[in-house]
Amino acid sequence: MILYDYILSPSCYRVRLMAALIGRRLDLRPVDFHPGQEHLSEPMLALNPAGTIPVLQDDGLVLTESTAILTYLAAHDAPAWLGEDTPAMRARVAQWLAFAQRLTDSAGAARAHDMLLAEGEIAALRGQATQALRELEAALSAARRRGEGFLAGNRPTIADIACFPHVALAPDGGLPLDPYPSIRLWMRAIRALDGFIEMPGIHRLHELKPEPGPMPEVIRKEKA
Amino acid sequence: MSETGAMRDHWYPVGMTKQLTEAGRDTLLMGEPIRVFRDGGQPQVSDGAGRALPVIDRFGHVWTSLGTPAKDLFTIPEADQPGRRLVDVGVCRVRCSPLRAVENFLDIAHFPFVHTDILGSEPHTEVERYEVEIRDDVDEVWATKVKFFQPQAAKSAEGGITTDYMYRVCAPTCSVLYKTCPPKPGEWDVIALFVQPLTETLCDVWPWMALYDDDAEMTDLIHFQQMIFVQDRSVLENQLPALLPLDPGMEIPTRADMTSIAYRRWLKRHGFTYGAQLVAA
Ligand SMILES: N[C@@H](CCC(=O)N[C@@H](CS)C(=O)NCC(=O)O)C(=O)O
Ligand SMILES: [Fe+2]
Repeated sequence: MILYDYILSPSCYRVRLMAALIGRRLDLRPVDFHPGQEHLSEPMLALNPAGTIPVLQDDGLVLTESTAILTYLAAHDAPAWLGEDTPAMRARVAQWLAFAQRLTDSAGAARAHDMLLAEGEIAALRGQATQALRELEAALSAARRRGEGFLAGNRPTIADIACFPHVALAPDGGLPLDPYPSIRLWMRAIRALDGFIEMPGIHRLHELKPEPGPMPEVIRKEKA
Repeated sequence: MSETGAMRDHWYPVGMTKQLTEAGRDTLLMGEPIRVFRDGGQPQVSDGAGRALPVIDRFGHVWTSLGTPAKDLFTIPEADQPGRRLVDVGVCRVRCSPLRAVENFLDIAHFPFVHTDILGSEPHTEVERYEVEIRDDVDEVWATKVKFFQPQAAKSAEGGITTDYMYRVCAPTCSVLYKTCPPKPGEWDVIALFVQPLTETLCDVWPWMALYDDDAEMTDLIHFQQMIFVQDRSVLENQLPALLPLDPGMEIPTRADMTSIAYRRWLKRHGFTYGAQLVAA
């Protein structure tokens, strides 16, 4: 599978992360998105007239929506990531994939504006992103009260992978995550997944290493 | 305080030459609106009142000044050596003091923690002794004999190596580093950080490189450096205080900080204080 990719793109990272989590090897084709605008070059527009990345090519299939690419990767290699095969779960996953697009259009656009000087009405973008983050916080907090740690039940699905990058990178667009405790717990759970990979701006979890030497309690007792 | 002070009479990058259009780009230089555009093929810059500002086209970027520079923009003689690939990395905007962006570039101690498994890795966190001086003849800050273990020193590196570095501050908001060039032992790779001060707490950063690497695709070279710089960005945006303190009382020197201390001393000596604070927070 060939992925037309850009290292700083949260939408491309959705695909790289998903592939890493399920052990799928991708043939990466870096696109000079910034500063070269290569996604708008003739060969790239021939591949994807919408002029966006990522683009996935496999066996004559060309996919230009990252959420569709996640669906394809999971269905191809690891169907458990599609969520439980019930009408309600399938619909919940689809619901979050559509929500992920709202994140791209708001938090993602705010980040591109603040970091790469993309055009955009920044106050409006941040307003829409804040609204989406509040909805996500409410949903994750309700999920936790039901004993669920992820967006569609008790295991991670493509819904989580679709939403995670733009949420984790929201501070790059002037959207701090301090007000959202459930979102921060959920992000931690994703970063703790086996096979998790980073992108610039999203660091791996540093394991909490035990303090060297005896515990302070013990020292105090010995002194006493 | 947002006096442009002595920094007014120096050169700053304000755009990539290749990207200039006739319509131009509206931007800021030290709080003042400017326009960077192309006219009759030549790069031009005008200030808010439409007055023409001085222009230099060098290192793939357009440079200007709000004041009257007493000397030419610095040069990078190594960059003219034949066979080097010149890489315009592209702009990255950061909500930080322009001086803090340069200071971070000079600091190697953060490599293992911010550029984990690329420019550094645990447990190789030790910074060995190196030399720092302010060279009065050229009026630049230099750090030499810097060594650091790096898992992937460059796109061209295969496996970990101990990398030699030299750092040079050649203008208030510009620094050039020289580092071991994996495919061409004995030569230095050149990596520069050109910082455009928009305000005291906002800057456009234009990384630029002159590398020996015959194999990598240009896009891969650009992406490697963008990856490194964006790893720094969130750290820079969260530094406190936002303005760079130039009061020596606030410094807790470690070996890694020696270059930073020399840079701050040099800034203070020249009154380069746009983006700095002179009193303890
Ligand atoms: N990314 C900019 C500067 C910011 C930066 O990342 N500086 C250091 C690390 S803080 C750097 O690039 N080092 C390059 C290297 O050591 O290869 C640049 O790379 O030119
Ligand atoms: Fe760094």
